[in-house]
Amino acid sequence: MEMTEAILLTIFTAATPLMIAALGELVSERSGVLNLGVEGMMIMGAVAGFAIAKVTGSAYLGALAGMVAGSLFSLLFAFLTITLVANQVATGLALTILGLGLSGLIGEAYVGQPGVKMLPIIIPGLSQLPLVGKLLFSQDAIFYFSIILLVAINWFLFRSRAGLTLRSVGDNHTSAHSLGIDVIRIRYLAVMFGGACSGLAGAHLALVYVPQWVEGMTAGRGWIALALVVFASWRPWRIMLGAYLFGAVTIAQLHIQAIDIKLLSFLPSPLYYVMELIKSIPSQFLSALPYIATIIVLVIISKNRRLTLVNTPASLGKGFVPDR
Amino acid sequence: MKPASILTMNNSKPIPMLEVQAITKKFGELVANDSVSLKVSKGEIHALLGENGAGKSTLVKMLYGSLQPDGGKIIWHGNAVEIKSPSQARSTGIGMVFQHFSLFDSLSVAENIALSLGKENDIRDIGEKARQVSEDYGLPLQPDTIIGDMSVGERQRVEIVRCLLQNPELIILDEPTSVLTPQEADNLFETLERLRAEGRSILYISHRLDEVQKMCDHATILRHGKVVGECTPADETASSLANLMVGEDVGDVTRSAKGADAGEVVLELNNVSQPAATPFAMELKGINLKVRAGEVVGVAGVAGNGQSEFFDVLSGETTSDNNSGVRFNGKDCGSLGITGRRILGGAFVAEERLGHSAVPDLSLSENLVLARHGSDADKFISMGAVGVINNKAVKSTTKRICEEMDVRKSGEDPDASALSGGNLQKFIMGRELDRDPSILIVNQPTWGVDAGAAQKIRQAVIDLTRSGSAVVVISQDLDEIMEISDRIAVMSDGNLSEPENADAITREEIGLKMGGLHDG
Repeated sequence: MEMTEAILLTIFTAATPLMIAALGELVSERSGVLNLGVEGMMIMGAVAGFAIAKVTGSAYLGALAGMVAGSLFSLLFAFLTITLVANQVATGLALTILGLGLSGLIGEAYVGQPGVKMLPIIIPGLSQLPLVGKLLFSQDAIFYFSIILLVAINWFLFRSRAGLTLRSVGDNHTSAHSLGIDVIRIRYLAVMFGGACSGLAGAHLALVYVPQWVEGMTAGRGWIALALVVFASWRPWRIMLGAYLFGAVTIAQLHIQAIDIKLLSFLPSPLYYVMELIKSIPSQFLSALPYIATIIVLVIISKNRRLTLVNTPASLGKGFVPDR
Repeated sequence: MKPASILTMNNSKPIPMLEVQAITKKFGELVANDSVSLKVSKGEIHALLGENGAGKSTLVKMLYGSLQPDGGKIIWHGNAVEIKSPSQARSTGIGMVFQHFSLFDSLSVAENIALSLGKENDIRDIGEKARQVSEDYGLPLQPDTIIGDMSVGERQRVEIVRCLLQNPELIILDEPTSVLTPQEADNLFETLERLRAEGRSILYISHRLDEVQKMCDHATILRHGKVVGECTPADETASSLANLMVGEDVGDVTRSAKGADAGEVVLELNNVSQPAATPFAMELKGINLKVRAGEVVGVAGVAGNGQSEFFDVLSGETTSDNNSGVRFNGKDCGSLGITGRRILGGAFVAEERLGHSAVPDLSLSENLVLARHGSDADKFISMGAVGVINNKAVKSTTKRICEEMDVRKSGEDPDASALSGGNLQKFIMGRELDRDPSILIVNQPTWGVDAGAAQKIRQAVIDLTRSGSAVVVISQDLDEIMEISDRIAVMSDGNLSEPENADAITREEIGLKMGGLHDG
C-alpha cells in the first residue's frame, strides 16, 4: 500500500508540469499561434524560479518569477511572429534553443546548490481520507493551481465571450478582423499566457520535482507538452487525461527498471510471464510512447473531418497581416 | 408594390437615411473611389451596379468601417459621421452581409452570431434569439449546427440573421446571389422585400441586371471608381443598364482588319465540365471552344463566373480523366499537366502574378527556369537526367526578355517581388512569348498595370497572333477585350457563350450576356 501510494504520488508530481505547460500552449494554439518554444520557456521558468526562490527564500516568489520569466520570454516570440509575422515554427525552435542556452548561462552559479522546496499544503480533514487524502489533499500549491487552471480554462474557452472571441481568431483571423476583433492583441495575450504557464511548469520542476538547478533539466518535457495538446485534440479535459497518462509512463519507466524479477517468483506463472514481458520492454520504447500515442491520435482525428473541423484551430501557424 | 417609395415621396422634405458625399479612397497610385456620392432613403433597395474593380466593394467597406476614406463625408440621418470600425458601424445601424462570408467554420450558428453582437447580449440567450429571428423571417436555422456542416445558402442565412439581430436600419449586401442557387436566391428576394416593408433600407451590390431590375428602387452605377449614372432600374431596359455599366463612351480602338485568314484549329475544348472544387469555386458547365491559328479569342465576364476555373482547365493546373476534352495542336491533353502542355506548344499567364505566375522570393532568372525547365530543357538544362541548370543561357535569356519587354528593374536579376506589378507582368508575358508558343492563354493580362505597359502587353499579344499563334485572353476589362480580340465569348455562371466576331457584337450584347441574360 505504502509503495503504491508513493508511486502514485510521483505520477502526480510528474504529470503536473506537463499539464500546466500543455494547458498554456492549448490557449496559445486555440488563438492560432503555434509556439514550439515551450521547452525553452519552461527552462527559463525553471532557472528564474530556482534563482528567485534561492535569493528570497520563498518558493512562492520563485513560482511567480517562473511565470514572469516564461511570459517575458514568450513576448519575444510574440513580437517576432505576430508583429513581424516571422515563421512560427522556425521562431519557436529558435526560442527553445535560445532558452536552453540562456538558462545554462544564468544558472551556472547555481549548479549543485540546494534549492528551496515548495512544501505541501495539507488540507485539514480531507487529507485524512484513505489514499486520496494523501494524493489529492496533501500536495503543493502548484498542483492545486493546475486543477483550478484546468477548470478555469475549460470554462473560459467554451463558456465565456472572451474565450469565444479567442477561438474565433484561431479559426479564421480574416473573418475575425472583418468583424472588428483585435486579432493581434488577442494573440499577444494568448501567447503570453502560454508563456506564463510554461514558466510555471518549469518552476514546478525546480521547486517541487527536484529542488535544484541542473542544466537542461526540463529534459524534453516541453516537447511532451506540445505533443499533449495534439493528443488532446485541443480539448482541456483530455489534456489532463494525457498528462497523467504520460506522467505514469515516465514513472513506469523508472520503476520497471528497478523491479527485480526474481522477487516476483511467488506470482502465479501467467502473471509472472506478463511481468517478465513488461520488464523486457526497452525503456527507450516507453519514453517514445507519448509521441507514438500522439501520432496515433493525429491519424485518428485527421480521418474524421468533423473532429478536425471542430477542434483544430484552422489558422494555426498562419501569420496574420491586416489589410489596409 | 413598393409602399416605402411612396412614403418617401409623400414626405415633403425627406432627409436621406444615408448620404455619401464625394468620398475618395486611394490605394497607392490606384484611385479606387474617386469622389463618389450617393443617397439612400428609408425603405429603399438601392443598387450599386458596376463591373469588377469598379470600386463597389471599396465603397461599402468604408461605409462598414473596415476601410477609412481619404476624403469626403458620410452623412447619416442628416449628421456627418465618422465610421472608424465595423463595431461602430453596427452600433450606428449599418449591417453588412459579406460576399465571402465572414463566418467561422468550427463554431456553431449561435456562437457565430454572438461574436458580432455587443456585450449586452447574454451569450446563453443568443441561440434562442437567433432561432426566433430566423423563423420570423422565414430563414430557418438550428442554433447548434456547426457552420462547417452547412451549405452555402444556409451560411448566407446565418449571415443575414446575424445582421438582423443587430436590428440595422441599413443592410449592405455584397453580391449576395453570386454563391446561391436560383432557388436560394428567390428565397433571399422574399426576405429582402420583407425588410423593405419594415422600413429598412438595403444597399444591394450586384452586377446581375435582372435582379436589379426586379427588386431595386434606385441604382447608382460605378465605373473605374467614379459614379457614371443614377437611375430607376424599372424605367431602364436591361441593355441601357448594361451600357451604363460597361461604358460605351470609352474610346473604341480601331483595329486593322485581321483574322480573316484564320488558320487551322489549334486549341479545342470539347464539352469540358468540372465540378466546383470549393464552396466558393464555380462549376464549369460543358464548355466548347475552338481557337484557330492567328486569332485572339477574348473571354469577357464578371469575375467569379468560372474564369479562373476555365484558365486552370486550359493550363493543366486542373487535369481531368477526360483526355480528349482539351486538345492542343490536334493532340489530346486533358490529362496532361502544365509542363506536358507547354511541350505541346502551350504557354500560360495566370491571373495572380506574385505567388502564382512567379515565386516572389526567387530571382527573375530562377522564375524563368521554373516555368520553362521542361519545355525548353534543351536550352536551359544540360547533362540530361542529372539536370544541371545552364546558367549562362538562363541569364542571357532573362536579359533579352527584359530588354524586349522594357522591364524596368533595379539590378541585373532582382527577386520577382522587387518589381512593380506592371513590370513583373511584362516580364511574365515576355517569359511566355519568348518561346514563340503556338497557343497562349492569358488571364487578366493587364490587371492593375499602367496604361503604357498595358499597351505594350496588348501589342505583344497581337503580334504573336500575326506570326500564326492562337491566343485566348480572359479579361474583365471590356475595353481590352474589344481592343485585341478577333472573336469574343462571354463567361457567365460557368457557361461560355459561342464566340462571335468582334466587329459583329456590341458592348450592349456583351453586357447582357455578362449579366446572365442571353439574347432573346
